[in-house]
Amino acid sequence: MSPSVRLQEMIRVIRGARTQGEERGVIQRECAAIRAQFRQADNGTRSHNLAKLLYVHMLGYPAHFGQMECVRLIASPRYNEKRVGYLGAMMLLDEKQDASLLITNSIKNDLSHSSQYVQSLALCTLACMGSAEMCRDLAPEIDRLLRASNSYIKKKAALCAVHMVRKVPELGELFTPAARSLLSEKNHGVLHGAVVLITELCERNPDTLEQFRKAVPELVLMMKGLVMSGYSPEHNVAGISDPFLQVRILRLLRILGRNNDTASDAMNDLLAQVATNTDSSKTAGSAVLYETVLTVMDIKSESGLRVLAVNILGRFLLNNDRNIRYISMTSLQKIVQTDHNAVQRHRGTIVDCLKDQDASVKRRALELSLALVSAVNIRSLMKELLLFLSSCPPELRAHTTSGIFNAAERYAPSQRWHIDTILHVLTTAGGDVRDETVPNLIQLITTATELHCYTVHKLYRALITDISVQSLVQVACWCIGEYGDLLLRGECEETEPVQVTEDDVLDALETVLQSHMSSPATRGFALTATMKLSTRITHNVDRIRSIVSIYGSCIDVELQQRAVEYNALFKKYDHMRAAVLERMPVIDKSSPGHTNGESAGGTIKELEPTKLTQEIVFPQEPSNQVCDLLDLLGGSGEPFQPSPSLSSTAPGPASSTAGGDLLDLLGGLDVTPAPPSVTVYEKNGVTLKLQTDTQTDTGMTVTLTATNSTDGDITGLTLQAAVPKSVQLQMKAPSGDVIPAHGLGQVTQTVLLNNPNKVSLKIRVRVCYTSQSSVCQDTVQIDSFPSTAW
Amino acid sequence: MPQVPEISMALLPFINNYTHLQCKMRFLLLFSRQGKLRLQKWFTPIPEREKKKITRDMTTMVLARKPRSCNFLHWKDLKIVYKRYASLYFCCGLDAEENELLALEMLHRYVELLDKYFGNVCELDIIFNFEKAYFILDEFLLGGEVQETSKLVVARSVEASDMLQETMEEYMSKPAF
Repeated sequence: MSPSVRLQEMIRVIRGARTQGEERGVIQRECAAIRAQFRQADNGTRSHNLAKLLYVHMLGYPAHFGQMECVRLIASPRYNEKRVGYLGAMMLLDEKQDASLLITNSIKNDLSHSSQYVQSLALCTLACMGSAEMCRDLAPEIDRLLRASNSYIKKKAALCAVHMVRKVPELGELFTPAARSLLSEKNHGVLHGAVVLITELCERNPDTLEQFRKAVPELVLMMKGLVMSGYSPEHNVAGISDPFLQVRILRLLRILGRNNDTASDAMNDLLAQVATNTDSSKTAGSAVLYETVLTVMDIKSESGLRVLAVNILGRFLLNNDRNIRYISMTSLQKIVQTDHNAVQRHRGTIVDCLKDQDASVKRRALELSLALVSAVNIRSLMKELLLFLSSCPPELRAHTTSGIFNAAERYAPSQRWHIDTILHVLTTAGGDVRDETVPNLIQLITTATELHCYTVHKLYRALITDISVQSLVQVACWCIGEYGDLLLRGECEETEPVQVTEDDVLDALETVLQSHMSSPATRGFALTATMKLSTRITHNVDRIRSIVSIYGSCIDVELQQRAVEYNALFKKYDHMRAAVLERMPVIDKSSPGHTNGESAGGTIKELEPTKLTQEIVFPQEPSNQVCDLLDLLGGSGEPFQPSPSLSSTAPGPASSTAGGDLLDLLGGLDVTPAPPSVTVYEKNGVTLKLQTDTQTDTGMTVTLTATNSTDGDITGLTLQAAVPKSVQLQMKAPSGDVIPAHGLGQVTQTVLLNNPNKVSLKIRVRVCYTSQSSVCQDTVQIDSFPSTAW
Repeated sequence: MPQVPEISMALLPFINNYTHLQCKMRFLLLFSRQGKLRLQKWFTPIPEREKKKITRDMTTMVLARKPRSCNFLHWKDLKIVYKRYASLYFCCGLDAEENELLALEMLHRYVELLDKYFGNVCELDIIFNFEKAYFILDEFLLGGEVQETSKLVVARSVEASDMLQETMEEYMSKPAF
């Protein structure tokens, strides 16, 4: 019985095992037997035992104890043992194993073996797992074989040399002369190896590249021969003569022609010829055409040739074979920037590929379509993209939405179109949009002032249909809160107006507030919107009051805080409510807070008129009051930090500005015991003085003192302050809000400032008080401070 | 994002360490529709553990593909080209610069060579004669590159090597075991 049957028998037994456990048992037994056999003296079965071990290894079991056996078998004089030994070496040994060094000597000997099949084994193994050391050691051998051997060995030596050059680049110099002479061989295997070797050498060494440019004419001839030759049965694949060799030659030409006019000229005709004569009905021909296109696009080819290449890609797009369509799109993607117009011509076909069944093709088509968007085609292309979005695979949705948004942003033909597009996306795929979509859309809406009525109508309709898409609901709530009055007016130019009552609108918002589907952030939006409506509706303010007070005991801390603050706005600060909840001015896109700190373009707008924004904190007993100072600055069109909901304590994000050295100067001065104070406001008998005190080189304490020289008490005194964006401000509790008459007392309030960017410090103060039963309100701006020398 | 299994972060250093090799083809795997490995050829030195992980990733990814999908995938920085022949998947991992259509032709050529050798090759042939499958592969590819573009020459070389081996075996074989 031939020993090899035992191998097949073992395989049969293993396959017959019904469970994993049974299999493991069989294998353990076999491995034990194999190990025992390895330890024995040579009995002619070693190769079969190793073969068995290799099978077991492929199943995933450990086989490291076979490594030394490989070494032994490789050294054997018998071909069958060498063959399996080398196979085992390639499977079990790699350059990391110590045992691999031990085979170097065997390989060296076998490279000069009298039998070419033994030489072949050595070459194959060397090319598969030869370490850098082995390569250095054996390189001269390989060079010898490259020059003087038969084609069978030469072709293998060439690829072995390729491996060596990859491992030890310096060896390239050694192989260059031999490589050059190999180009004149006739044998396809040798030629192929030679071309691969030359490609590798040229990629690594610019001098070698220069040298081999002279071989371009020779390569062109070689290629022509292949293309124009008649049917050659030995190398023919679907009508193409040796496509493997053709592709490698084309690739080498690409490297040689890159950035070189002369070389590119020399291959121009050939490339045109290949492009026109190659039959692309089967994969082999398409592979050659594909490589041709890549070469044409990469070298300095004539424009006519480039157009030809792009047209080939266009033809590929219409091919029935999905692979070819995929390839075409990856190539078009690479050239869409450089040859934009040429690719645009195929836009129709590309867009059709969006409907392909295959996910890879769809993805490519999407990338390409997005790259092809332009001002000219935006409307039609967006229709297709939106259609695609409604049926696209889930893994592509996020990419599609962001691509659509980017395209819309760059090329929107009108604001209404832009808003409609974004709303369409949110309705179709609102769960897959980026977080900044919501603030971006809000910003867009505020800018489109003529469309407020239209937008709020659209969003209201969307809201009452479906409240599951959080991004859409958030924007809708914000809009209704902001423009609810336009909704209630019942008239609209751009679209059919809705006839709703205040209760309907409040119902919609309350549904959002109460729904399980609404995220905490969404509920925050809804609550704030409800609150804002208190100044936009007339009849149902009490309902809003009760909603707000209910949420004052909500478990969600954020909602609770808001509700409590809004409650306070109803009670103690009711006189401010209208101002606080006023219509927001247009949001400036470049303000840093808007883009969450990403935009580097948000510099503080300098000076006249000063645009100061800040949110103020009045620390007072447990709850914090929030007051938005925007109205202080008057008028719309001024940039401010957008906050879809009013939030407390938000120091302005830092952004770099040309800072003054105000505080540096202040820091340099000694702090005098009684810092001088300056009168900043004097009217109606009320005087407000300011004095400063620096603690750190960025921090400063400002004390405001108010006195009253009239006959009656001043009551309800409130002070508010605004500072430049990067400055942080904290107002301490005032000492009181009543200034006794006749200068008998005063009210002081401390303000802590932190100016990390050391900007030019200005402060605007609004004074509000009741004097002799009339409310007075004034604003002063302080541009310089007492301690400065200016 | 396509639903591909993520390669573990631990693997990346190993793969990246060997990119200096710029080996055009990194590996060739044959596996059954149940994910059993039938042949594995690695053209870059990778630790055993990592080979197993990559194999698992490949089988998972390829077996998940729908029947009429395109034969090309992207996986990390590699192109994966695969084709199903009866019950076996032929799958290779290539550098990003490679010509995928040619890779398909290469896989097809290998199948043709196997078919010529075994006569209407089927998966069982490759299971029970796996070492032959490797020998044939080693006459077709060398160091991850095509070494012979003529089907005839490859077939003849394998035949000749087999003859050499048989002579040896006849000489060495003993009556019974």
